[in-house]
Amino acid sequence: MNTFHLSNSASCLLEVVVLPFFRFFAFHLGLIIEYYIMLHIKTPKSLRAKRAVEKRAPKLVENGKTTLILHGTKTSNVLNDVLTEIYHLKKDNSVKYSRRNDNIRPFESGGETSLEFYSLKTDCSLFVFGSHSKKRPDNLVIGRTYDHHIYDLVEVGVENFKSMKSCSYDKKIAPLIGSKPFFAFIGEGFENVEELKHLKEVLLDLFRGQVVSNLNLAGLDRVYVCTAMSSTKVLFTLCALRLKKSGTTVPRVELVEVGPSMDFVVRRHRLPDESLKKEAMKIAPELIKKKEKNVSKDAIEGKIGKIYVPDQQVGNASLPFTPKGVKRERREAKAKGEDNKHAEKKQKQHDDVSA
Amino acid sequence: MGDDDQQHGGYQIDLGNLTAFDPHHQFSSVPDSREDLVKECIAHGTKLIQAVADALFNLPSTEDASGPIVSLPPPSTKLPREKPLPKPKPPTKWEVFAKKKGIQNRKKDKLVYDEQTSSWKRRHGYDRVNDDNDIPIIEAKMTDEPGVDPFAKRRSEKKQRVDKQEKNCLHNLKEASKVGALPSHVQLAATALPITGTQAAPRKVSKDELQNVAGMAATSTASGGKFDKKLAGEKPPKHDKKYRKFLPVVEGSGMGSLEKQQSDKILNKLMSKNSHEIFNVGKAVDMYNAKSDKKRRNQQGKSSSTSSKLKVKNSPYKNKPTKKSSTKGKSK
Repeated sequence: MNTFHLSNSASCLLEVVVLPFFRFFAFHLGLIIEYYIMLHIKTPKSLRAKRAVEKRAPKLVENGKTTLILHGTKTSNVLNDVLTEIYHLKKDNSVKYSRRNDNIRPFESGGETSLEFYSLKTDCSLFVFGSHSKKRPDNLVIGRTYDHHIYDLVEVGVENFKSMKSCSYDKKIAPLIGSKPFFAFIGEGFENVEELKHLKEVLLDLFRGQVVSNLNLAGLDRVYVCTAMSSTKVLFTLCALRLKKSGTTVPRVELVEVGPSMDFVVRRHRLPDESLKKEAMKIAPELIKKKEKNVSKDAIEGKIGKIYVPDQQVGNASLPFTPKGVKRERREAKAKGEDNKHAEKKQKQHDDVSA
Repeated sequence: MGDDDQQHGGYQIDLGNLTAFDPHHQFSSVPDSREDLVKECIAHGTKLIQAVADALFNLPSTEDASGPIVSLPPPSTKLPREKPLPKPKPPTKWEVFAKKKGIQNRKKDKLVYDEQTSSWKRRHGYDRVNDDNDIPIIEAKMTDEPGVDPFAKRRSEKKQRVDKQEKNCLHNLKEASKVGALPSHVQLAATALPITGTQAAPRKVSKDELQNVAGMAATSTASGGKFDKKLAGEKPPKHDKKYRKFLPVVEGSGMGSLEKQQSDKILNKLMSKNSHEIFNVGKAVDMYNAKSDKKRRNQQGKSSSTSSKLKVKNSPYKNKPTKKSSTKGKSK
């Protein structure tokens, strides 16, 4: 019997077994039994449910990614603080679970089923999993999912954590929730070392918020500064942005350390499968902007278009259809007719006169 | 992005993500104190952010009540999607037909003028134009049969049309689901599971039964399932504590005398193996009589001339497939 599961997003409410309408033959004691499998359409009965399902469906242009923050069997104080701070930084698009999860081991083959289930349930494609053990103290596993299956993982250890509360700053410049952040990545490690490259990508994905096309420049107030100190350590800190008056239209930028600052020590990482990566990075053909042909912009002349004129073949050119030949004949015939009429009239008069 | 590098002092700028990346920086000597290190990082970060801000504020902006709004370019660093691309849905049966015939879709108005009441009525819904239920009189045509109720006929025709439409709808959804392009709010679910030969729906297995299945299967292995790898939740095979059953020492000689039964059983087994005279005459006679009666009845009943070879043989083992009432197209 062919059973195949629809992609998770279409069947998030129930496990669905789709059996197309076919005859199912079974050979049992030398006879043929025909099975007809009846299908019926299930649609959500309320508009609210329909909206929820449509929100979770795969789309051409996707919603912003949400994050799931949870922890494992044992956590330390430091790790608890880290998790709560990350949750506060991403308050509008993250979910924090408070209970401990004993059976989640992201790097082991069987230990990720729970994570995938939670990802499906909360529709989160990023997760931050904290755990503490003697071998790996203050461990954070940041991972991404594709179609609610684990895509890639980065495991970092947290050191030298300084929380938001310990920084003293003017409260007016505190960054607001949901503002689009700036990112500054410093260090050649981010280009040369594979783990750091991966970490850079994951941090960007985690903290960047929604991709927008229109941005209000007055609402920019946070900067994430990541510095690669060595090939394994990354200093991560959040700063508030102050724009000061300068002579030109571009304001002078000033950074004030506000938020949590910690050192990430890269431990393990898992890159995605090549085929999976290729599929996940696909861009819809509709979204690729088509280049307008034969149009170019010049600074001096403005928009220039090229027109290609094909060769004119004088010999084979089709002449316009004006039946002048017919007209000439008619004209001549008419002219001849007039003469005859005159001649007839003259003859008649003569006859009359004569008679 | 070579131009960008030179323009922005050697940094890689991704405006869509508001990111600046300095790939050339090296920490020649890590400052000792943490504060110094942090200060140095922030100072360097400031330079990078200044470069991004330069590029950002130079974009054409429109003034708004809350501030200047710029339109950002799309991000240049590619990040993976979270869900697969939606597949384009295959054309429906009607769409294929319309394309072939060149039928254009025409927009219909919500209100239609009704000549009978000379008013504007809605096309669908309450108090609609050309409602089937509102027709008081149907004129008889020459082609009409006498006993047919035209109102019932109209109703049944409409029902047929509705059923056909639902069938087509289901077919279209199935075609879409084959490609993987089912609309997101629709699920196709099986209403009835296949019926087996005994014409009984398969019983749902309970949790306890599932736990004992492994144990039951274990008894068929040579070592009694002692070395089988078990999944989480499967229980070992059940047995009584006792492996050998001993008869009680003191016992009455009543009906249930166990020792007598035990010895009788063994004796009978031995005797039947070696004796040829054990033959239940009465039973044999009854069986013979019954068989001959049946044969006589069958011969009387069937007076056909076809030879028995060509006749369909009623094998007792064959189950004839019976047609259940079709529930095609019926939604729950």
